Amino acid sequence: MAGEGRARGGAGAGLRAGVLGGGAGRERAPDAPGVSAGAGGGGCPAGGNDLQWCFSQVKGAIDEDVAEADIISTVEFNYSGDLLATGDKGGRVVIFQREQENKSRPHSRGEYNVYSTFQSHEPEFDYLKSLEIEEKINKIRWLPQQNAAHFLLSTNDKTIKLWKISERDKRAEGYNLKDEDGRLRDPFRITALRVPILKPMDLMVEASPRRIFANAHTYHINSISVNSDHETYLSADDLRINLWHLEITDRSFNIVDIKPVNMEELTEVITAAEFHPHQCNVFVYSSSKGTIRLCDMRSSALCDRHSKFFEEPEDPSSRSFFSEIISSISDVRFSHSGRYMMTRDYLSVKVWDLNMESRPVETHQVHEYLRSKLCSLYENDCIFDKFECCWGGSDSAIMTGSYNNFFRMFDRNTRRDVTLEASRENSKPRASLKPRKVCTGGKRKKDEISVDSLDFNKKILHTAWHPAENIIAVAATNNLYIFQDKVN
Amino acid sequence: MFARGLKRKSSEDAEDADGGVAGLPAAPSYTLQRQSLLDMSLVKLQLCHMLVEPNLCRSVLIANTVRQIQEEMTQDGTWRVVAPQAAGRAPLDRLVSTEILCRSGREQEGEGDCPLPDPAPGQAPRRPQSSPWGLDGSREGRGGFQKSLDHIFETLENKTPGSVEELFSDVDSSYYDLDAVLTGMVGGAPTGPGLPAFAPTAAAPPSSTCRSDLGELEHTVEILVET
Repeated sequence: MAGEGRARGGAGAGLRAGVLGGGAGRERAPDAPGVSAGAGGGGCPAGGNDLQWCFSQVKGAIDEDVAEADIISTVEFNYSGDLLATGDKGGRVVIFQREQENKSRPHSRGEYNVYSTFQSHEPEFDYLKSLEIEEKINKIRWLPQQNAAHFLLSTNDKTIKLWKISERDKRAEGYNLKDEDGRLRDPFRITALRVPILKPMDLMVEASPRRIFANAHTYHINSISVNSDHETYLSADDLRINLWHLEITDRSFNIVDIKPVNMEELTEVITAAEFHPHQCNVFVYSSSKGTIRLCDMRSSALCDRHSKFFEEPEDPSSRSFFSEIISSISDVRFSHSGRYMMTRDYLSVKVWDLNMESRPVETHQVHEYLRSKLCSLYENDCIFDKFECCWGGSDSAIMTGSYNNFFRMFDRNTRRDVTLEASRENSKPRASLKPRKVCTGGKRKKDEISVDSLDFNKKILHTAWHPAENIIAVAATNNLYIFQDKVN
Repeated sequence: MFARGLKRKSSEDAEDADGGVAGLPAAPSYTLQRQSLLDMSLVKLQLCHMLVEPNLCRSVLIANTVRQIQEEMTQDGTWRVVAPQAAGRAPLDRLVSTEILCRSGREQEGEGDCPLPDPAPGQAPRRPQSSPWGLDGSREGRGGFQKSLDHIFETLENKTPGSVEELFSDVDSSYYDLDAVLTGMVGGAPTGPGLPAFAPTAAAPPSSTCRSDLGELEHTVEILVET
């Protein structure tokens, strides 16, 4: 059933052929390699091999007045990258499909256009607790494609749904018992029989809920992750992780439970969880205390005892009352290879080697200039913002969001990083994104922005990277930006 | 927002030796900052009780922060339960310092702000510098701050900084009454199984302010019904 919901027609950029201009971002000398604490990035683009990001499209309303329901709350490419799904606070899912590449325009890449829109979750009311259950879509995860239809899991705080998205482009004509307009024919008037034939029709995309996995979570679901066996998936809330079979909705297995007997002793919650991309018995979950636990489901039914425990020792010199809060991990993602995982805490992203539990192998500062503002960010609750992170297809680059509609890309090989901005001002077709820089103090150079001028309402929490190509989707409040690398 | 000319208590804020711009209080002491952080945290824990189920992660992190402060203050010997009678007055003073703490300070550009140093006892607290928050008061980003402050005057009189463990224990009935007034849901305070309720135990009986609010509500309803 195709639900209602506003399609995200957008000020899509038309792709033009022709020679593209030189990279604007290469004027400045590159920053010194290595991790630079402080302002975001230097002049050289990151992403390996002189990757230069360009604006491709933007979806969503231009209106300054943003309706709460239109705020995008999750973004995810499917396994092939041809489909891009977004979920919003209003419980809607919008799926974009990449158009076929046009042979006559070799320099252009396929655009993403609306493919399907449907209402996934509705607001509910828990009568027992007298509380509303938000319809906001917390996560979308695609299933690998096995036939013509596409399947995805979408979840709000309490309920996970499996949606089937299928195309219909043919219809049968020439029925015997009814006319073309559906009226029943008088049987006595039928003198001959015919075989109905399939005729093409305008493409119709239908979304229908195939499974509803409900009533298994007392607390708010923060993660879902499809297993590499393609049969099971996990869902994690603040205190528990459940394992489901995609075919079975009335039963799930609890595999992690950190709820203390006495809730007064609660000091730590689960913040994210993910299955290993290749080992179907392995998953990880992160906590609000900055730790990651890797669990092997073969060891026991209830994985309360971890196989590996990842935690970086605290730096005593930077300890403050906010240390724990900023160490809380908001996202954990395995690399495509399965060798590494990446965690995002408030100020940094860390890459961990699964074979080394004592400390991360890389730490990248996202916006270190905020460290001196933590009290204020605590006051206005920004310190609790949960940023996501993602890997590039080859695992050589990683990306995460920040404030002021900035997002950060880190090249793990060249050790260079760059700060880019998702804004309508930079939305000329194929325009190269100019690197941004935040001024931490002292004299502000031209084109730099001072920390005090950052807009903390413009936060980029959700980003996604095409699984194979250098195409990224960045959610900025109610707008979805799509950037591509410049065709070399 | 706060009037510029709002007086501070001069005896406690003696550490502002550098004075500062007239009308603009100088850097608050570490103790004052820590107390402000504690108050801010307690207010946050109470404000997370809304129509939608509160965010457990956020509540746990705030509660842990309160616990940390409490531990340090216990070691310092400065931890004390505020007597109910004084509750009406003292929190307001501390609220002022919260505003000082987060005041935008363009004049103080370049200085670090609010560095709450290592809470290890015995270590002399560094002299904290003033805070160029730079979050422009007119910006939306301060929305949460404004909301906190607005609620402070409505709700804080009923609250005392009790022990942290009690934050997770059963909710005091006076809290329910206050909640009913604020949200219009009579008797609708939620504590489901396993859902922690956050409120400090009130050594004090329900505040008179709360009762007068209820009285006003009843009075208003009476008027409406009669018309």
